[in-house]
Amino acid sequence: MSVTENIPTRQIDRSQMKVSDEIAIEITGMNKWFGTFHVLRDINLTVQRGERIVVCGPSGSGKSTLIRCINRLEEHQKGTIMVDGTELSSDLKNIDKIRSEVGMCFQHFNLFPHLTILENCTLAPIWVRKTPKKEAEETAMKFLEKVKIPEQANKYPGQLSGGQQQRVAIARSLCMKPRIMLFDEPTSALDPEMIKEVLDTMIELAEEGMTMICVTHEMGFAQAVANRVIFMDQGQIVEQNEPKEFFNNPKSERTKLFLSQILGH
Amino acid sequence: MLATILGVIGGVLRLSKNWIVRKLMAVYVEGFRNVPLLLWIVAIYALMTEGTPQPRDFRVAEDGTAAASMIFDAFAITNRGVYIPAPVWGPNAVFLLAIFVLSIVGAFVYRSYAKKVLFDTGRLLPMVWPALLIAIVPTILMYFILGRPIGLDYPELGGFNFQGGTQISNPLTALWLALSLYTGAFITEIVRAGILSVSKGQSEASFALGMRPNRTMNLVILPQALRVIIPPMTSQYLNLSKNSSLAIAVGYPDVRATLGGITLNQTGRALECMLLLGLFYLGLSLIISFLMNIYNNSKKLQER
Amino acid sequence: MSDTDSEVISFFVREKMLEEQEPPLTERGAVKWLRENLFSSWLNGLLTIVSLYVIWYILSGIVPWLWSPTWSLGSLSECREVLTGLGETTHQACWGVIRDRWQQLLFGFYPSDAYWRPTLALVILLAGLAPVLFGSIPRWFLLFSAATPFVLFLLLWGGPIWTPLLVGVGLVLGVVAFRYLVGVNQIVAVLAAIIVPVLFWLFLVEPIAFELTYTAPIGLEFIPSKDFGGFMLSVVIGVAAIILSLPLGIMLALGRASDLFIVTKLSVIFIEIIRGVPLIVWLFTASLLLNYFLPPGTSFDLTLRVIIMVTLFSAAYIAEVVRGGLAAVPKGQYEGADSLGLSYWQSMQLIVLPQALKISIPGIVNTFIGLFKDTTLVVFIGLLDPLGLTSAIRASTDWNGIYWELYVFIGVLFFIACYGMGRYSLWLETKLQRENR
Ligand SMILES: Nc1ncnc2c1ncn2[C@@H]1O[C@H](COP(=O)(O)OP(=O)(O)OP(=O)(O)O)[C@@H](O)[C@H]1O
Ligand SMILES: [Mg+2]
Repeated sequence: MSVTENIPTRQIDRSQMKVSDEIAIEITGMNKWFGTFHVLRDINLTVQRGERIVVCGPSGSGKSTLIRCINRLEEHQKGTIMVDGTELSSDLKNIDKIRSEVGMCFQHFNLFPHLTILENCTLAPIWVRKTPKKEAEETAMKFLEKVKIPEQANKYPGQLSGGQQQRVAIARSLCMKPRIMLFDEPTSALDPEMIKEVLDTMIELAEEGMTMICVTHEMGFAQAVANRVIFMDQGQIVEQNEPKEFFNNPKSERTKLFLSQILGH
Repeated sequence: MLATILGVIGGVLRLSKNWIVRKLMAVYVEGFRNVPLLLWIVAIYALMTEGTPQPRDFRVAEDGTAAASMIFDAFAITNRGVYIPAPVWGPNAVFLLAIFVLSIVGAFVYRSYAKKVLFDTGRLLPMVWPALLIAIVPTILMYFILGRPIGLDYPELGGFNFQGGTQISNPLTALWLALSLYTGAFITEIVRAGILSVSKGQSEASFALGMRPNRTMNLVILPQALRVIIPPMTSQYLNLSKNSSLAIAVGYPDVRATLGGITLNQTGRALECMLLLGLFYLGLSLIISFLMNIYNNSKKLQER
Repeated sequence: MSDTDSEVISFFVREKMLEEQEPPLTERGAVKWLRENLFSSWLNGLLTIVSLYVIWYILSGIVPWLWSPTWSLGSLSECREVLTGLGETTHQACWGVIRDRWQQLLFGFYPSDAYWRPTLALVILLAGLAPVLFGSIPRWFLLFSAATPFVLFLLLWGGPIWTPLLVGVGLVLGVVAFRYLVGVNQIVAVLAAIIVPVLFWLFLVEPIAFELTYTAPIGLEFIPSKDFGGFMLSVVIGVAAIILSLPLGIMLALGRASDLFIVTKLSVIFIEIIRGVPLIVWLFTASLLLNYFLPPGTSFDLTLRVIIMVTLFSAAYIAEVVRGGLAAVPKGQYEGADSLGLSYWQSMQLIVLPQALKISIPGIVNTFIGLFKDTTLVVFIGLLDPLGLTSAIRASTDWNGIYWELYVFIGVLFFIACYGMGRYSLWLETKLQRENR
């Protein structure tokens, strides 16, 4: 994979991509253990509203764990995580609040196979947001149009291609009107053409000013869209920088090694 | 029936976060699965005939104590059977029953109404408590308004045995208990496997959308698990119906006497008797598998 | 990057990697374990307390009963005396009965000087099964496995050595006939493979065996099957039925999957009828009705009749298991075999069945567990399985009125056997899954 691959061919509209001073996520001194295994070590990260952050690093470095901590799919043991000014603790109220603010897309889509695409998209708005069904369906259709698959609304997930499924998953998260989106390797289970479909959708999201944290190895995407790249290794943040600097002038040895491996040749 | 309830509760408990509960359920499941059903039936039967007091133990002695006492003054477990209050049907009983049925229907109507309200306006009405209230309150009210049309005839000690009430014979209770516990153990495993078969990603996705664990279970996990659960469940019900033939275990002497007599005579009756019994079970299992197939198909259609 | 972006970027390079640290105290060891497994929420805490109470309740009922120094006593009345003498209640077990009668529970009325025979038979059985169960054992061992049924028969029932030997010879003749004729015509070969041994058994075995016994009386003392009993009877019936029903079950499964309409329908009807009716009804049928169909005057050993019935019964269940296995073999395998020009029997024998059977072994073991437990049902037609023996034991004046000790003993025996087999089948399943990935 090279840097030039999967760079969107069209011009990216940056007019909406503004980073405000408002803090969306603030992680301070966060540590996490699986049993005795120290997965995340002293993570400090501040994300401002409107930032697009790409997280990369070797396998097992704790990238997934980090972003899963942000909506409490994993529990951290030390330090604090504040999302939109709400602290993540075992208080169920806070968890509910944060989870409906934060959307997440998984590597394996995790669509609900027993529901149609439309039902997948309206389930949470109806039961969590308490939106009337009609309205929820209208919103869902709007987002399905946005990810360019409105015609699939009444099919079941099993009948869609991988790229379509991932776009449905994105639409499903968007239906909750999240202010922050988390992506965990959304394209790594997909074929090259499908990758492009999904990346285009993500770029559009970025253009609208969504705050995004994205675990991905799509370096083209990182260069084009991200305003910050974070490199993780052994459960810690090793380097963070703006994409151009990060790719052309990495500071740490580990980063250099990782980049030379991932970019190959 | 009890088996299903036991099984579902067991299956959920077996996956509980609680270590002791998990282990306890494992012991229950392994214990019942690995020991012959017949042994359980005779053991429970023996427990009921040998381990329970005789009716005369309930007699209150002169010093005011009794060797055994009734539960709530209404139930008596004795070695001659379990005595429970028997309903006495008054003139307005039919009326009351009708109301009871209606209010249960009402509870379901309320549930679908609450769902409709949620879908239409986005107001989430509480579902469980009002439904329960609707199901119960009118019946109780009418019970008193109609002047207690259904009375209870309590079993009472008279002579050497209980009078009044209904006697449920011990063999029946033993069979019922053993079958329920035994089948429950199998259903527990089926339910557990069904829930486990739904991948962890599903519940995570649901959590990530902000759904609470209970709702995740109801809306996401169970509908999917059900598809996996139904086929093995069918065969468990088939087994249950077939195992009910073990009734002869507890009524064993009679059966051997009659059948033995028949064998001696070598009349044609044994043949017919067996044929009848066989046909009965064959018909029963065909009906059960037919019904379960219909149910299964209705669940499958939603899938794709 | 646009200017608005670069303002907020915090550059960061970690110079020194952090060392791995111990988790905080509340996240370690017993504290964490307790918190996570027992008290993660108030509901969980409640559950913990309730289950602790349940455990205590059950144990407090059982342990004093179990803990009873009555091992050496010879009768129930002695037990009662001793226990009252100790100031204990009579609500305690009387273990003397197990010490007194354990042999009977295991072997029934089998002559006690011949106990070594079923024991040896069990060992041989396990050894013979080893290649099937664990795979990867030399090929000559398979011959040994094939010979085991005859050895077992000889060991259990005794009698002159020649009859089982000749039955085995009949089988070999069948195989030879098949091999010889298979080049000529398939159907003729199959027919010959069935007819030759049957003819041999019907007309030659008895006279030859008689002659041989007369000239060389080698053999073991004959033990009639009415002496069989206890746990041994369950094992004999279970094992015999499962071994005999395997070929039958496979044939039924193949029949059900075959293209021939009549064969398919017949197999389905047979399987469904057998499965639709409880075993106990079949057992009564065996005990009553086989007499109608057999010519009058032949008294057919009841145990053998039961074994035949149970064989038919389990064949239907095994057929279903094997059918699942056949369905699990990918379609490409059938097509591949066809494309190589293999005949139906060849492709089944060489390609499909080996794979299908491998997949079905866990299911077959589970069927066996069910069957093994169901062997207790033979008590209803008057055979002395362990449960039947409890009444026999209770019939003696020494042990009149003893229930629980015997039930517990039998229950534990069954539990050990079934649990062990269940674990084995689980192990096999995970192993198969691993190999398939
Ligand atoms: N539930 C868990 N229990 C124990 N260890 C875990 C668990 N989940 C992850 N780990 C361990 O934590 C480490 C980090 O896992 P994580 O999934 O965050 O890595 P990653 O950076 O996302 O890797 P990848 O690029 O392969 O997705 C790994 O070593 C993994 O083995
Ligand atoms: Mg990951």
